[in-house]
Amino acid sequence: MNLDFSEDQKFLQSEAKKFLEKEESVKRSRKVLEGTGSFDNDLWQKIIELGWTGIRIPEEYEGLGLGHLELCVIAEELGRHLAPVPFSSSVYLFTEAVIKYGSEELKKEILPKLVTGEVVGTIAVTEDFLAPTNNNIKTEVSNDLISGTKIAVPDCEAATHSIIVCKSSRGIDLRLVDLSCKEVSINQVENIDGSRGHYSLEMKQVPSALIGDEGNGWILYESIINQGAVLFSFEQIGGSQAALDMAVNYANERYAFGKPIGSYQGIKHKLADMYVALTLAKSNSYYAAWALSSESSDLPVAAATARVSATKAYELCSKENIQTHGGNGYTWEYDCHLFYKRSKLLSLNIGSLANWKEKLVSNLEQSNIN
Amino acid sequence: MDFKDTPEQAKFRKTCRDWLEKNAKLKTGFEKNEFANIDFLQVAKEWQKKKYDAGWAMLHWPKEFGGIGASAIERIIWAEEESKFNVPKGIFEIGLGMAGPVMMEYATEEQKARYLPAMAEGKEIWCQLFSEPSAGSDVAGLRSKAVKDGDNWIINGQKVWTSGAHFSDYGILVVRHDPNLEKHKGMTFFFLDMKSPGVEVKPIKQITGGSSFNEVYFTDVVVPDSQRLGEVGDGWKVAITTLMNERLAVGDANGADVEDAFRWAKKQDDSGEPLINNKSVRSSIADWYCEANGLKNTKLRTMSALSRGETPGPEASITKIVSANKLQNIGAFGMDSLDMAGMLKTDDPEIQSFQNAWLGAPGLRIAGGTDEILKNIIAERVLGLPQDARADKGMPYKDIPSGNS
Repeated sequence: MNLDFSEDQKFLQSEAKKFLEKEESVKRSRKVLEGTGSFDNDLWQKIIELGWTGIRIPEEYEGLGLGHLELCVIAEELGRHLAPVPFSSSVYLFTEAVIKYGSEELKKEILPKLVTGEVVGTIAVTEDFLAPTNNNIKTEVSNDLISGTKIAVPDCEAATHSIIVCKSSRGIDLRLVDLSCKEVSINQVENIDGSRGHYSLEMKQVPSALIGDEGNGWILYESIINQGAVLFSFEQIGGSQAALDMAVNYANERYAFGKPIGSYQGIKHKLADMYVALTLAKSNSYYAAWALSSESSDLPVAAATARVSATKAYELCSKENIQTHGGNGYTWEYDCHLFYKRSKLLSLNIGSLANWKEKLVSNLEQSNIN
Repeated sequence: MDFKDTPEQAKFRKTCRDWLEKNAKLKTGFEKNEFANIDFLQVAKEWQKKKYDAGWAMLHWPKEFGGIGASAIERIIWAEEESKFNVPKGIFEIGLGMAGPVMMEYATEEQKARYLPAMAEGKEIWCQLFSEPSAGSDVAGLRSKAVKDGDNWIINGQKVWTSGAHFSDYGILVVRHDPNLEKHKGMTFFFLDMKSPGVEVKPIKQITGGSSFNEVYFTDVVVPDSQRLGEVGDGWKVAITTLMNERLAVGDANGADVEDAFRWAKKQDDSGEPLINNKSVRSSIADWYCEANGLKNTKLRTMSALSRGETPGPEASITKIVSANKLQNIGAFGMDSLDMAGMLKTDDPEIQSFQNAWLGAPGLRIAGGTDEILKNIIAERVLGLPQDARADKGMPYKDIPSGNS
């Protein structure tokens, strides 16, 4: 019985933590938010040098050839330190999609470049102000040429390539496009968390390459975000822990009516609720990490359980962290809003809480928990 | 990460399993009322004796007291396997879980030899006499008193919420020996024979209509000084040992859980459609599934630490808060799904399980530390927040205001 990370994985996590602290990742996140760009390229290059973009890429493609568990502990630290880098888009989703569904030829071409940072990827799915489904995708592909408009595509400033979820004559396809080609026009859209950017893509007859089987793309997309959900959950519990720690520190230091506000039950019980939500999320994420790394058939249920718990935990911890800080928490100057905004970005980037609850229950219906 | 037992653990699990298969029946689903119309106490005692004879009753205790010296992880493996079988529960937990460890730590060798095997065997049942009408969450505010009289102490006062006092042979007791001292310093701990003259047990009728706990009155009850546990004035320190064990003993709430809600939602009608098609029901089921599995996986993390011989983190402290509230919500969901008829008593065991959950959960949210006290404990001991200012700090007990209770 061992629902815990190994000593090596814990060591990797503590090294990641030290690195992100030394690099003042939270401060960098604020800088990006206050600047014009949408990621910190200097931090991103250092992360590439550490090899994190190649953690899961097999050694034959010049990666580190490690497992999902190593990626989970890195994700937790990126979340804790609000790292303003396109890691989730490029590593949890794009790289995993290429490893899982790319042709041998594509893997040979792209995976080594993902290790070196020459290629950075994202996934484009959303087209309107509603949840994407296999019935409402309008972007179309014909003779390998894609036309259509995507909105809310994360991390395109850094991305060189994107997987496009599009409609073909046989159903939904996943297709790879080079974002530097002239038929794609990329525009930054203002979003709520300016420390991680969102973009729109306008595509007119853009050349593309199929990933996976034709017409089967929606199932592949679901499978990619199921895997990704586990990694997002770790990023979310890292952020939840940071928000809880911040609230606890403030509650210990801030005095009202002659004593620390943390001695009042109104604050204590709020912080205990945050701890409870975080503990549930963490335990469910650990189980999902096991399901992911062991390729368990329980992964869809385990991933949705982790995702729902982690989204709830981060939303609770980040909003009650503001509340615990009182008026200070509502100012631009304090960091509380950075966590609040990031919690929402992470909770929406692969689909909302309501959607993941629905995924969980429909998976339970299929797996028939009774 | 893996969920495999080590070879030794697997061997131990098989030994547990083999014995249980020979001596009990596996659970199949809704057999919850199998023990309803029989002498439950008798059946429970017979089961306990069977376990005792085979060494399972208190397996972590040394051989001389009827155990097999099992490790913490082996204890959990046994409990996991036993929980898969339909065996009587609810009679011995307090005695074995709370009185047992205190006797083990504070009683003399002769007393241990006399009382512990009989306790493990189920021949003698023990209860815990702590709470009082004016001392609940603030149990150190208790006022039942002990006055020294030669080699004896004379006990007067009243205890309340004493589970199983009506069938207990012995009890552990904390009382005030000196009201002039600060409240935590003026207490002393004893054990006593519940059949002593002057002990009167009155059942309390609960909101379920049943009675599992009691008021216990003491009128000039004589307890020999030899039955004192710990030094005079150490009552609180000894009580804390017990309360720590209580927190482990009162854990996951038994009763209707997410699987039951899910099965019910698939077959119950909601305006001509299965209830599971209702969006708000789906959202609730997702929440309960996350809570139930969050607790299950938290337990696995605790076991992982124990399995490596480490002390588990504080994560298990969330168990009762989460499970008792989930039980209450699932009970309410089941009843609500029946609309007006949800109020009706019925023989249907599934409907009964929702009604029992709804009626039982308020008690669970209070017993063994209220939700609020448990949140204080998480805030203070896990998160390291300062203790609440205490209005009675440093005051002699007799000067502490106690309202009109």
